[in-house]
Amino acid sequence: MEKQSVFHSRLLPWLLLAPQLVVILVFFYWPAVQAVWQSFLLQDAFGLSTSFVALENYADLLTQDEYREAVLRTFAFSAAIAGLSLSAALLLAVMADKPLRGGAIYRTLLIWPYAVAPAVAGVLWLFMLHPSLGVLSRGLRALGIDWNPLLNGDQAVALVVLAAAWKQISYNFLFFLAGLQAIPRSVMEAAAIDGARPMRRFWTVTFPLLTPTVFFLLVVNIVYAFFDTFGVIDAMTGGGPAKATETLVYKVYLDGLLGNNLGSSAAQSVILMAIVIALTAIQFRYVERRVTY
Amino acid sequence: MSKRRIGLGLTTSIVVALAAAALPAPAQAVTEIQWWHALTGANNDVVVKLAEEFNASQSDYKIVPAYKGSYPDTMNAGIAAFRAGNAPHILQVFEVGTATMMAATGAVKPVYKLMQEAGEKFDPQAYLPAITGYYSTSKGEMLSFPFNSSSMVMWINKDALKKANIDTIPKTWPEVFEDAKKLHAAGYTTCGFSTAWVTWANLEQLSAWHNVPLATKANGLGGFDTELKFNGPLQIRHLQTLIELQKDKTYDYSGRTNNAEGRFTSGECPIFLTSSGFFGQVRANAKFDWTNAPMPYYPDMPDAPQNSIIGGASLWVMGGKSPTEYRGVAKFLAFLSDTDRQVAIHKASGYLPITRAAYAKAKELGFYKEAPYLETPLKELTNKEPTENSRGLRLGNMVQLRDVWAEEIEAALAGKKPAKDALDTAVSRGNQMLRQFQRTVAK
Repeated sequence: MEKQSVFHSRLLPWLLLAPQLVVILVFFYWPAVQAVWQSFLLQDAFGLSTSFVALENYADLLTQDEYREAVLRTFAFSAAIAGLSLSAALLLAVMADKPLRGGAIYRTLLIWPYAVAPAVAGVLWLFMLHPSLGVLSRGLRALGIDWNPLLNGDQAVALVVLAAAWKQISYNFLFFLAGLQAIPRSVMEAAAIDGARPMRRFWTVTFPLLTPTVFFLLVVNIVYAFFDTFGVIDAMTGGGPAKATETLVYKVYLDGLLGNNLGSSAAQSVILMAIVIALTAIQFRYVERRVTY
Repeated sequence: MSKRRIGLGLTTSIVVALAAAALPAPAQAVTEIQWWHALTGANNDVVVKLAEEFNASQSDYKIVPAYKGSYPDTMNAGIAAFRAGNAPHILQVFEVGTATMMAATGAVKPVYKLMQEAGEKFDPQAYLPAITGYYSTSKGEMLSFPFNSSSMVMWINKDALKKANIDTIPKTWPEVFEDAKKLHAAGYTTCGFSTAWVTWANLEQLSAWHNVPLATKANGLGGFDTELKFNGPLQIRHLQTLIELQKDKTYDYSGRTNNAEGRFTSGECPIFLTSSGFFGQVRANAKFDWTNAPMPYYPDMPDAPQNSIIGGASLWVMGGKSPTEYRGVAKFLAFLSDTDRQVAIHKASGYLPITRAAYAKAKELGFYKEAPYLETPLKELTNKEPTENSRGLRLGNMVQLRDVWAEEIEAALAGKKPAKDALDTAVSRGNQMLRQFQRTVAK
């Protein structure tokens, strides 16, 4: 009731919203609409000849084996990144939550990697694991492992997943730590008094109370794995070898920016947009029900 | 206080602007000519120096060079600027962008036309055909102006050969394979020999060097309705051999670009095929006795060795500019063609001279006696008169095509498919992309 009585004029709320709406329209919806329109066209790089081809760009993509493989690859890739970075961050956060001497320093150090730009992170890992330059690759080779991500697709995937997950751990850590510290000590103490051992306390008390954070991070991490891993892939593998690390967003870049195939690239962006919208919707509709707030 | 400072600043800048406007305009307006390029380091210095020299040589035009990032970045910047109606006059485009530029009728001004209309002295015969051929139509009309050209050569670690008791530098592929096995046995276990730019070395140059087509219609120079043809016996045999040798790293894959060139200078790979432009790095970093030699060939191929094809970039003149501006561009291109200037560019950058006269002069000056490795690519390029198969490549979507070919080669080298399957797939996937490019070509 009170909420409504604040604005007496019908215009004022819209006026106050206007700047935000303009920003959203100009920077979000306009490009999105442009992408949809572009995806119906076949155009040369210079925009000199344009023909309307309706859904042909989409049909081309969906009949390509390579594109279907890229979709599957991207899903597997994001599952791996989200899984790895979430579990590692949770482990670190639980440890950091314990009363430790110098805990503040420890926590700060753990947050640092987040400040590293994706491309820089990629290059850092590349320096460690490059087949001929890398320090770690020499070690791996000394152990008798034929480390060659230039030619071995599985190793290239491992390399990219590792670097991309590492980059996201700090962010997840921060949220997990905040989540853990928000859990009332009294609940934990009560469980301890009831005789629950640490592992049991974690799974029956801490984790359920942490589910809102887990859920939020799951969404963020999947979106991260879909879009923000671009820099890491670009710096480390360029999508190779033999497409092993070519995710959907990287393919958009390859076809659109390097290949100047704007129609197909736009169609791919639209599909990518649809996938992420659908994923997020599913998460909110079904996963959120299992979350205890 | 801060308000007053801002006010003061504003007043000052207005006064300055007014004063500038009040100054008498120069008697004759200088026409600015924008030149976007992708060269860094020492080569950027060459570009800046050329512009300065040209600007000092006359007073009507001013060349303004601007670095726009990597080759693909520069090309995309040019395309975006054109779409926004704001293209530079001269755009440096790498050789694989040639078909895209050529297809853009109206977006570019062919160099032969430009020179004709501007009335500049221009003799196509003065240029080395193996270099200009890449940038000319099948009728020999020069579309863009070659600026920095290189070719692929074989770099040799002579100390390593000695260590493996190899007396002579290998000339043919069978000799390279044989020597690589000896090197492998002598301790070079991670890499007997290797190639940078996997498709350039093992498909494009290989085909031209053996006078075998990569694609129909003179490798695309004769029209965009071209079809890929590189799944022939020569290419299959070459790739199949590489697959066999990859198993124990007698040959070891070094990626799609030149990222792994350091494997040569570090001494890991004693035989390495890459661009002749690699010489600066080798001279600076290799701590062993080195040289280079022409690319190897298969001696049972009747025409081998033919001539090699070039890499590097050329200058495209963009369309839609005024006649005055075009006169300035034409003057600048004529200025670049000057023999002494070409020799100087060749010396300073290591890129190839583009005219016959400049090559002759460099020889006459004894330049190659002190730097014989700089003549290797020239010998390759001028080895024989170019044929339909060795003049150059003009394939649309070339950047993507190369990626597709590289993907298939990577799958083959990883042992996932035999050479024939890989090349057949590379051809059919590539043909699909060529058909799509053909449809988007401006009519």
